[in-house]
Amino acid sequence: MSDTTRASEAPVLVVEHIDKSFFGVPVLRDVSLTLRPGTVHGLVGENGAGKSTLMKILMGVYTRDAGVMRWRGEEVDFTHPVQAMKAGLATVFQEFNLLPERSVAQNVFLGREPRRGVLVDNRRMIRETESLLTDLGIDFIDPEARVGGLSVAEQQIVEIVKALSVDARVIQMDEPTAALADHEVELLYAIVRRLRDRGVAILYVSHRLREIFDLCDDITVLKDGALVSTGPASELTPDELVRRMVGRSISAFFPDKIEGTAPGDVRLELRGAGNDYVDGVDLTVRAGEIVGLAGLQGSGRTELVEGAFGALAYNRGEMLVDGQALAPRSPRQAVRAGIALVTEDRKARGLALAQSVLDNALLAIRGVFPGRTRRARQSVPGVLSSLEVTFRGLDQEVQFLSGGNQQKVVLAKWLATEPRVVLLDEPTRGIDVGAKIAVYQLMRELAKNGVAQLMVSSELPEVLGMADRILVMRDGRIVGELPPSVGEEAVLALAAGTTEEVAG
Amino acid sequence: MTAVAQAPARRRRRRLDTTAVVYIALAVVVVIGAILVAAFADRNFFSPGNIRDILTGMSVLGLVAIGQTLVILNGSLDLSVPYVVSLSSLLAAETMAGNPANIPAGIAVAIAVAAVIGLGNGLIVTGLKVNGFIATLGVGLIVKGYLDTNYQGSAGSVPPAFQWIGATGIGPVPVSTVIMLALALAVALFLRFSRTGNHMFAVGGDAGVARLSGVRTQPPVIVAHIICSIFAALAGLLLASRLGVGNPTVGTAGGYDLLSIAAVVLGGTLLMGGRGSVWGTIGGVAIFAVIDNVMSVLQVNPFLKDVVRGIVIVAAVAVYTGRTVHDRRARFARKEADR
Repeated sequence: MSDTTRASEAPVLVVEHIDKSFFGVPVLRDVSLTLRPGTVHGLVGENGAGKSTLMKILMGVYTRDAGVMRWRGEEVDFTHPVQAMKAGLATVFQEFNLLPERSVAQNVFLGREPRRGVLVDNRRMIRETESLLTDLGIDFIDPEARVGGLSVAEQQIVEIVKALSVDARVIQMDEPTAALADHEVELLYAIVRRLRDRGVAILYVSHRLREIFDLCDDITVLKDGALVSTGPASELTPDELVRRMVGRSISAFFPDKIEGTAPGDVRLELRGAGNDYVDGVDLTVRAGEIVGLAGLQGSGRTELVEGAFGALAYNRGEMLVDGQALAPRSPRQAVRAGIALVTEDRKARGLALAQSVLDNALLAIRGVFPGRTRRARQSVPGVLSSLEVTFRGLDQEVQFLSGGNQQKVVLAKWLATEPRVVLLDEPTRGIDVGAKIAVYQLMRELAKNGVAQLMVSSELPEVLGMADRILVMRDGRIVGELPPSVGEEAVLALAAGTTEEVAG
Repeated sequence: MTAVAQAPARRRRRRLDTTAVVYIALAVVVVIGAILVAAFADRNFFSPGNIRDILTGMSVLGLVAIGQTLVILNGSLDLSVPYVVSLSSLLAAETMAGNPANIPAGIAVAIAVAAVIGLGNGLIVTGLKVNGFIATLGVGLIVKGYLDTNYQGSAGSVPPAFQWIGATGIGPVPVSTVIMLALALAVALFLRFSRTGNHMFAVGGDAGVARLSGVRTQPPVIVAHIICSIFAALAGLLLASRLGVGNPTVGTAGGYDLLSIAAVVLGGTLLMGGRGSVWGTIGGVAIFAVIDNVMSVLQVNPFLKDVVRGIVIVAAVAVYTGRTVHDRRARFARKEADR
């Protein structure tokens, strides 16, 4: 219906031929997009396709290298998010921009508090927040409630209300359902439709294809920073959309298995394990096996491996390592049992940045097995050189190493503990191709030596190229297992929930 | 099918706020104190004389802690307060020099100099991006160096008319306490009804969020530091009024830097900023004053006093942090486990 009534209206935002690169690496190439009032425009693409970069260019966080941006017919250059917000372009991020200790009304009007004379008019602030909420059909959020006490869905509504309070004509939403439960998604749908009917243009970024088809009038597909297609949703089928998002040739740099690698006994087993973030997890990883763990952002992959590592300990179900029951309550207990975790955020959680290469490589061994430090100290140089770490000396601070070399130091740290189970969370994120190959080769060698590996990755080619089996997660549960021969489309479809699957 | 229609009516969701917890704790301390005083010293805790002692003990620390509350709300700290207290007592006493006609000038000089010091603190924190702890430590040392160089002991003289402020009261309530509470009210209103006050919570809570919401993040920090130093000067004036002279060590002797921070934290303000209230701080100051008073009446060993203070501070912060929320969003929290 909006196609017929709104299509003739002038577009509110047009961008044409946008280019953007970081340090010489192009992340967006010749991207164009048109947003019409009263429509929902889906923006889809794999991780790294350039969706976030495009959003940040629109809202003035990044400046584009080339291209034109027209806001209601006039050429504009937003250089700061506040400028974009004042013009009427608001963004609702996955990570909310809210103050948990302040009330709903104080958050909505932050920076623009209504005043009477010089005094802030708290009553008017509350009244206007209430009427904005009522306009959206929300009658269960108290404008005076503390935001930190609200549910995720309610906080998201506060973000949307904040956008409406500046009379936004365009609202960008980044993965708005990533952290929502099913019934909350329905509520978000209702709000998005209400906004659309009011004439707001919505740029809806999501991996979840079902949502895209439920909500969107137009769909733009990005792949590797380039525009694949943009046009009415009615001209696309889910299968066709998935084909447009992926269909990249799998690069041939995944090393083959080393001769003699064979799955042995079960090393790691989870039976009905769960914590606050994942539930009902059943899985096995055998000695010599690499199991891939695929899923969308926020599907619970990190929380699953952190459960097995004792960082977000499981509070139900069973966990066995080499057939022995183990319930690690802390990473220390997990490390003692022969488990290692290569964390997703290398800088914050993998390394002591201001300490030396040597100190980082010995961090785990010194902390957990101090008696083995001397032996490890002697083997560190050999391990680092076998990983081909480029560094000036053992005393160089790791903050001055490249991302790839930093990751190799993290791996050296865990190799020193001689683990039997290695959990890898996005092991190649943000590192160059050479370092990626080194990580892959190390994984193959660990497999040859009978180590069980569970790898979380958002890069489907990596999952397909390295894993013996692929487990797919969605909404905190494992929803299926696939062989690596199935191809990216099947994995993505299962992760995004476009196909019906056997319940996990 | 719309979830909107199914949603329950607007819920009033308020947890017991931290300030209420502080005053409950104060009430508990008062009751225990009164029982101890009656049982072991055979004295009436609620006698007018004792109440006056407690309130007198609150007013100086109260003034310093009100200012400190604002600074901490912004996510900064002020360690220069004891030196500002000493300096302002000296400036006032020397300017007044025993002449009642010079009282306004003495007050004005003390406050003006303190405001300049506060402005310096604020500019160093916001402009040079020096952490508040270090910035105010440095400024405090500078002031200390000036004091140690120029004063060997008490100096100046305060006229009797000015001493009256520190000496009289309305019934059991000292005038100095009334002034302190009136200023606390003024600051509480400032936090609630001024934009700058509102923005202090935002800057201290998350400067990134504040900036992306169009808040200028530097002015609240600067204003907080200026107000904090002015309140330290008021504390110095009050001490000068009680002593009759200015004194270069009166601030450090009172330990107002760490005690004011402790009182603020005891009052439920987050040390990282973003949450807190002036009334909580006053409650924290009162808890300290009551504990001190009870131990004095019971003639407890003075070193044990510090032990008790230390335990109270640590215990209070442990209780508050136990109340903070987990930062990751639970999908399968126990309540929803039936999903």
